[in-house]
Amino acid sequence: MEAVLKIFRGDGTAGAFRDYTVPLHEGMVVLDAVHWVQAHQASDLACRWNCKAGRCGSCSAEVNGKPRLMCMTRMDHFPPGEAITLAPMKAFPVLKDLVCDVSWNYGVNKRVPAFRPRPPEPDGTWRMQQADIDRVQEFRKCIECFLCQDVCHVLRDHDRKDRFAGPRFLVRLAGLEMHPLDVASRTAHLKEEAGIGFCNITKCCTEVCPESIHITDNAIIPLKERVVDDFYDPLRRLWRRLRATS
Amino acid sequence: MDRFETRTYDVLVVGAGGAGLRAAIEAAEQGVSVAVVCKSLLGKAHTVMAEGGVAAALATTDARDSWKVHFRDTMRGGKLLNDWRMAQLLAVEAPARVRELEAWGALFDRTPDGRILQRNFGGHQYPRLAHVGDRTGLEMIRTLQDKTVQAPRIDVFMESTVARLLTDDGRIAGALAYRRETGRFLLLRTKAVVLATGGIGRAYKINSNSWEYTGDGHALAYDAGADLIGMEFVQFHPTGMVWPLSVRGILVTEGVRGEGGVLKNSRGERFMFRYIPEMFRRDFADTEEEADRWVADVVAGRKAEARRPPELLTRDVVARAIAQEVREGRGSPHGGAFLDIASRRKPEEIRKKLPSMYQQFLELADVDITREPMEVGPTTHYMMGGVKVDPETQAATVPGLFAAGEVAGGLHGANRLGGNSLSDLLVFGRRAGLGAATYARALTSEPRVDAGRVDAIAAELLAPFERSAGENPYAVQDALQDMMGTYVGIARSADDLQGALAEIEQLRARAARVGVDGNRQYNPGWHTALDLRNLLTVSEAVTRAALARRESRGAHTRVEYPDSDARLGGVNVVVRRQGDVMAVLEEPIPPVPEELRHILEGKE
Repeated sequence: MEAVLKIFRGDGTAGAFRDYTVPLHEGMVVLDAVHWVQAHQASDLACRWNCKAGRCGSCSAEVNGKPRLMCMTRMDHFPPGEAITLAPMKAFPVLKDLVCDVSWNYGVNKRVPAFRPRPPEPDGTWRMQQADIDRVQEFRKCIECFLCQDVCHVLRDHDRKDRFAGPRFLVRLAGLEMHPLDVASRTAHLKEEAGIGFCNITKCCTEVCPESIHITDNAIIPLKERVVDDFYDPLRRLWRRLRATS
Repeated sequence: MDRFETRTYDVLVVGAGGAGLRAAIEAAEQGVSVAVVCKSLLGKAHTVMAEGGVAAALATTDARDSWKVHFRDTMRGGKLLNDWRMAQLLAVEAPARVRELEAWGALFDRTPDGRILQRNFGGHQYPRLAHVGDRTGLEMIRTLQDKTVQAPRIDVFMESTVARLLTDDGRIAGALAYRRETGRFLLLRTKAVVLATGGIGRAYKINSNSWEYTGDGHALAYDAGADLIGMEFVQFHPTGMVWPLSVRGILVTEGVRGEGGVLKNSRGERFMFRYIPEMFRRDFADTEEEADRWVADVVAGRKAEARRPPELLTRDVVARAIAQEVREGRGSPHGGAFLDIASRRKPEEIRKKLPSMYQQFLELADVDITREPMEVGPTTHYMMGGVKVDPETQAATVPGLFAAGEVAGGLHGANRLGGNSLSDLLVFGRRAGLGAATYARALTSEPRVDAGRVDAIAAELLAPFERSAGENPYAVQDALQDMMGTYVGIARSADDLQGALAEIEQLRARAARVGVDGNRQYNPGWHTALDLRNLLTVSEAVTRAALARRESRGAHTRVEYPDSDARLGGVNVVVRRQGDVMAVLEEPIPPVPEELRHILEGKE
């Protein structure tokens, strides 16, 4: 049994899809096929990967147009005999082949207001109930594969990287905002720098998340509510104005 | 050399896993300038794959625990070959390092009274592993990553590989790296280098490691003249996935057994009862009834009074047991053993405590672990041996060189306990950062970089492009991995090891002929070609050290010498570069002081 892969070869300026025929074996994933091509047909084929178990979020690509982790996408997921297309993520500039420049994300992360815990209890530790951290632990499952960023139309189609942090960093901000120990407020950051208003909750990010994080429902919508409470609630607005003048 | 991008720092950290990031954070806090160079993107280092937890005697889940018990467990797990001072520092300092992570935003699973919950693991007498489900490493690396990017004075060079260290009159002066994206060279002048490059798992075919684990730090240190110790001790984790082929070697956390999972052979026997070593007989259940009582207590959240199930023996013992069951014809259909949690815990508990395992088996192997057993077998997992370091500062035997985490030797002796690697990263990452910053600040004269040497290295690194019709680098790496698995695996003989040395020489000749296609921009074929040098160095070191240790101890098994030898129990095998020759020496291990010996003997 064999399969044909159509893999994008090229860089940010030019490129084309090239065909590679690979032998199939039981349980094979798309990343195995890419490795086979590297070892036998195109040693300079560029792709990122690390853990090969869906845990590190390195091998993101668009498989038949869908953002996926190549290590978690089985070859037998696709109808036999049909070519499988592999392309780099579309929302980011292509460096080479399947590798794109995701450095913008690291810049966004750097500007996130840091974790600021309340003072510990007299014994120097903190008490937290599991029930209170469950929802934050969901956000901390994020493996930074950036597939949610790739599929988000604000970034993918409108390229508003100048104004919008994207679902990944709204999840990160939610993890800080809802952290039981954290005392900082990030609503101003969410409104201005992260541009949360750009999200119109189409839930595309949630659909592609390999960690099944409920990005829209559990992270973005509650954050939007916080921003509304802090900036658009008339009583709070008045209160803020009074505080600012006093 | 002048045409290379050149940067100057006080401390250069090579590697951005837990140890590298913790070292960088500490060095920056000391006020020195720090560069972190890592081969992948930030946050992707192999620490993310650590699943079970971080071992620290917090005593939140069982008040009987203390640093003394942790110290004793670590030394006994290492078959007393550990550097006692490192084992002591690990046990004493780990709790503070874990709490510090919490102060930086990490969220560990909780006890009913709101404290950090601890889990049972092989070789640990009490529940000791602080954890987050089965994704503890991800929690740690993300916490450290976020701390690092917001720290002043740390520059991170992602997707860059350090090819060689540069020395000036025997002390560290810098490093030559290349940026993977562009293929261009990056010259880093520095006073001190902290190696935090992890292990050597890619020297073996069946392994649980990512492509990054090519023994870079071990080889860089060796080339620079530093001593390596304990290189014969390669940990084969007992439970890697064995089927389908595509996932062979990928880790199945020991947490499965910590949560009550049992190992069975093809006859349905819980074979581990037959493999309890004399040294541990007192501490482990000898009937299924007693083992099940222990599980029942743990599941109910009670303090376990029964003795522990033998599935929680140390990794060396369990890996050898599975290998023997398979050899004697009692293996699973694909040559492993059955690991069964489905019949022990409720499906919702399994999904809550082991979510990644559940997903990994469901998606990659079509196995629902809440309903059926997993097939598991040994996989190359961890390098106990490494750069010989001073236990207090992590300084190597080359001035200005430091090492922390898996690349450093000594702490784990002949076998590492699960969970101790994550505390190792934190405790000794911090100490290495401190040691390197202190050294850099005390240095009175700036080390000089030899321009001629830099140019010569650069030419050597580019040579594979001159041989586009040369050997395929992937084929050479593949042959090396096959050979190491066959000759230098779990059970080793003098004949096999001699055969391995001969093959290494041939592979080295092939590696000198590898050629690559394409250009320097993000070229994995070229990167693979350059990695061969390090893989060959560490493979030779493992093989020579394995030949020198004529006994079986911990992870090292010599078929001709099935027992431990009392004399060898007091020595480290040291590997050192002497010109072009790899010299192998023996060095006595510092004796354990009186007061700690009492702890080891269980008198305290």
